Formats: sequence, structure tokens, C-alpha cells
Amino acid sequence: MPSPLSESRDTDSIVRLRGIGKRFGSGMTALDAIDLDIGRGEFLSLLGPSGCGKTTLLRIIAGLSEPSAGVRRLSLATDAGGHIPSGRIGFVFQDPTLMPWSTVVDNVLLPFRLAGRVGPAERERAKAEIDSVGLAGFERAYPRQLSGGMRMRVSIARALVTDPVLLLLDEPFAALDEITRMALNDDLMWLWDRRRPTVVFVTHSVFESVYLSTRIAVMTRRPGRIVADVPVGLPQRRDRALRTSPGYAAICATISNHLAKAMAAEINAPVLK
Amino acid sequence: MRVAQSRHVRRLRSTRRWRIAAPLAVGVALLAVWEAVVRVEGIPHYILPGPLLIAETLWTDGPSLLGSLMVTLRITLAALAAAAILGSAIALLFSLSRILELSLFPYTVILQVTPIVAIAPLIILWVREPFLALLVCAWIVAFFPVVANTTVGLNSADRNLLALFRLYGASTGKTLRYLKLPTALPYFLAGLRISGGLALIGAVVAEFVAGTGGTETGLAFRILEAGYRLAIPRLFAALFLLSVTGIVIYLVLDFVSRLLLRHWHESAIAEEEE
Repeated sequence: MPSPLSESRDTDSIVRLRGIGKRFGSGMTALDAIDLDIGRGEFLSLLGPSGCGKTTLLRIIAGLSEPSAGVRRLSLATDAGGHIPSGRIGFVFQDPTLMPWSTVVDNVLLPFRLAGRVGPAERERAKAEIDSVGLAGFERAYPRQLSGGMRMRVSIARALVTDPVLLLLDEPFAALDEITRMALNDDLMWLWDRRRPTVVFVTHSVFESVYLSTRIAVMTRRPGRIVADVPVGLPQRRDRALRTSPGYAAICATISNHLAKAMAAEINAPVLK
Repeated sequence: MRVAQSRHVRRLRSTRRWRIAAPLAVGVALLAVWEAVVRVEGIPHYILPGPLLIAETLWTDGPSLLGSLMVTLRITLAALAAAAILGSAIALLFSLSRILELSLFPYTVILQVTPIVAIAPLIILWVREPFLALLVCAWIVAFFPVVANTTVGLNSADRNLLALFRLYGASTGKTLRYLKLPTALPYFLAGLRISGGLALIGAVVAEFVAGTGGTETGLAFRILEAGYRLAIPRLFAALFLLSVTGIVIYLVLDFVSRLLLRHWHESAIAEEEE
């Protein structure tokens, strides 16, 4: 089911944010004057300390939260009513967010079920997606029978099953152990490489963001701003050898510096400047 | 590993045996003490009959008492069914409209806290059909746990799942069907288990009130009648039947609850799986 969008040679940005601000009822400013363009097929990481508004920004991109200021524009094909058809955007939360009463396959079929079409073709798609996240044979299992890493794989399969043009991930691996996390990083790379959706990946891990991304936006808090926008000039195909290469280390250092500078400015410690 | 596991299983099995054997032993011991006290002290049977005499009465009066039990049971089950259906319907309305919930919920509380004994005579006066009058009384006692629990359940859907449903453009109906109703099911069932006991109590209380007017022949009426005639063994036999009925209702509802939730809810997952 190739989407007409992913095939088009359109180089326009798929997400365009201008002057996005978000102020909560409590008066706290979560985001301030965010300008961001995300190109088709990019893998962008939003990197920053907790409380910098990364998640809020991701929810605004998804349309789950309205900005208090600024304009958000998504270049996704709209239907006759001007709405984005369901399934163009995939979202993975920090928790697997599965329905405990449904089996793996029913959880993955959810996007189709909500769109009102579950036929043989959809079942086949779900089956294929479950296979591709390495859960073949677990179709009939319930979430509670799976490990944390496996549940996250189900969550990723659900987000990918509609073949989304835009995939949003909110610190999906933060709660997992280091070994599971590295395995899922590699699998996510492989899944992304298959169809190259545009990815926005929220994380607070420098190493994870450098390993995965083609570009990193470093954020700072109070208020949440983008302080650095760094392209990652590493080879497109990444594997474990990369984690020990000098190029990888150099970019990690650059990103860490940006982050340290942002944090230093925040706590107002001129000595570190 | 295997040895440890089998030891674990064995311990669980013996725990389960004790779960039945221990209360049974206590019960038998208490009955023995009761019988002994009644015999040694020579307590007359119209004050306190011994367990053996009660068992005998249960045997001789059993058929006629069972007939009365069926009358009470019919009211109880009808009230429970009405509590389940109307209770969840009210909860559903509350979950669909916050205004409705805010304006009506206090009245369900008022209905719940009003002593049924006080309003039963009025209901019996107003509702001419006796069965229906008793049904209404039992329902008033039984419906609240279902409404309160199901309302909480319908409002307990995972926030991120709700966001996901929104992202995929789910309609209100689909959100209800695929998210809110399954979330509410364990809450509803917990409420229903409480309502089961309350429906029986409500039916008996209503019969007591109606029974003084001599309109019904339910088990509560038989208890009243036995009291008037100092047929205390029969009174105890009727009480015994009521208790057994209450326990059976609870066990059936508990079984249904486990059956429906067995795949996913913590409350219904068998111990040895954990």
C-alpha cells in the first residue's frame, strides 16, 4: 500500500512551525517562539533536559495539543473536507499504551478498526508489521504476557501499520534497560530505512539521538526554546560499529557542548561560559 | 528451577486446600459447641434451637420453604438485572454528559442513603402490582454500586489511549465501544458483586414491609410468620436458606467476573501464572 505522498519528489518541508508558543493555565511558559521546518524523510531528534517542552512540542505537531501562539502547518494530503486522513501520522508514547484487554494483533489492528476497515488486507498488513518488529508467533498473546521491550515493539508496530508519512515518538525507550534499548534502536533504524517516513524523535539521551538521527534540535527549558539545530553527517546506514567510531564521538561531543551551554545559561553560571 | 517450581505449585495447592478446610473446621467446631450448649443447658427450642433440630426442620419444612425462596429469588434476580441494565445505562448517560452527571448524581446518592424501610410502605401503596412494588424497593437498594462504579470506570480510560483514538479520528461511538466500555468492565463487575447481595437484602426488607400487610409469601414473610408462632427452628431454617442464597449469588457473580476478565485484569489472573 504505497502512499502517494512518500513517492512524490516534493522536497517541501512536511512540518512547518512558525513562532509556536505554549502557555499553560498555571502561567508556565512551556514553549516560546519555536521555528522549525522538518523535511520529508528526515529523522529529527528533539533533544533536551526534562521539562524543556519536547513532549509538548511533539503533541502540538501531532495536533493533540493546540499552541497558544504561532502557526503549525503539516504538508500531508488532506481529504475533501480538509482533514488529514486517519493513519497519516503514527504516534508512539513513552509507555507502550496498549489495550490490556486486546491481543497483540488486535492492538496493532486498532488504527484500521477506528477507520472502520478491517478486512483480509488489513489483517495481512498487521501480521507483516508484527513480524517486522520481531514478534511473529505472539499475535494471540495479551500485553501482560509480554516483557517491557516486547510491549514497546507492539506499540511501534501499531504506529507503523498504517504506513504513516509522519512518525512521532515520545521518548519511547526511556523506560527500558540499556540492552533492550540498543536492540530497539537498531530495529527502529531498520524499520525507518524500509520506507523512510519523516520521524520526530523525542529523547534526553545524546548518544541515542546521534545514533539515530539525520538532524538534532537541542532544546532548553524555562522557556522551551530550540538553541541549536545540528545536522548529523554520519553514514545513512548505521550499525553497532558506529558507536565506537571517532565521527560518532565527535558529534556526541558537539551536541553535549550545546546542551551544556544551554544548561549553563539556564542556571546562570558565567564561570562555565 | 523445575524443582523450585513444583514446590511452589505444591505450596499453592496446599494453600488452596486450607482455604476450604480451615473455615470448614471452624464452622463444624462452632456448630458442635452450639449443639452442646443447647443440650447441656437445656435451652428450650422456642428460644434457641440446636443445629441438629434446625437441620431436621430444614428437611421437613424444606419443600414449602423452597417455594417461598423462589418468590424471594425471583424478586432478587429481577432487581439485580434491573440494577445491572438501568445502572449501567445511567452511568453511560453520566459519562456522555457532564452536565447530566453533575445535576443527577446527587439524587442517586439521596436515593441510596434513604432507608428503604421508611419508603417501602409508600412504594407498596403507590405501585399496585405487588411484584413490581417489591422489585422497585429491591432495585433502589441495589442499583447504586453499579452506577457509582461504572461511572468511575467510564471516566478512567487511559489518557494516552484517548489521545491515540483522537489522532486516528475515532468517533464517540467507537471510543466508547473500543476504549471506555472495556475500561469500565472490571469496575461494573465489582459494583455488580456488591449489588447482588444488596438486591437480596432489598427484596427481604421489602417483603418484611409488605408481609405485615399479608400480601406476599416470600421467605421474609415466612420468617415473620415463624416469629409470631414461636416456630423458631423454622425461622432459623429460613434464615439459613437466605444466607446460602446470598453466598451462591456472590459466588456466581464472582465466577462470571473472573470468566470475563481472565485474560487481562489483575483481579482475575490465576495465582500460579504470576
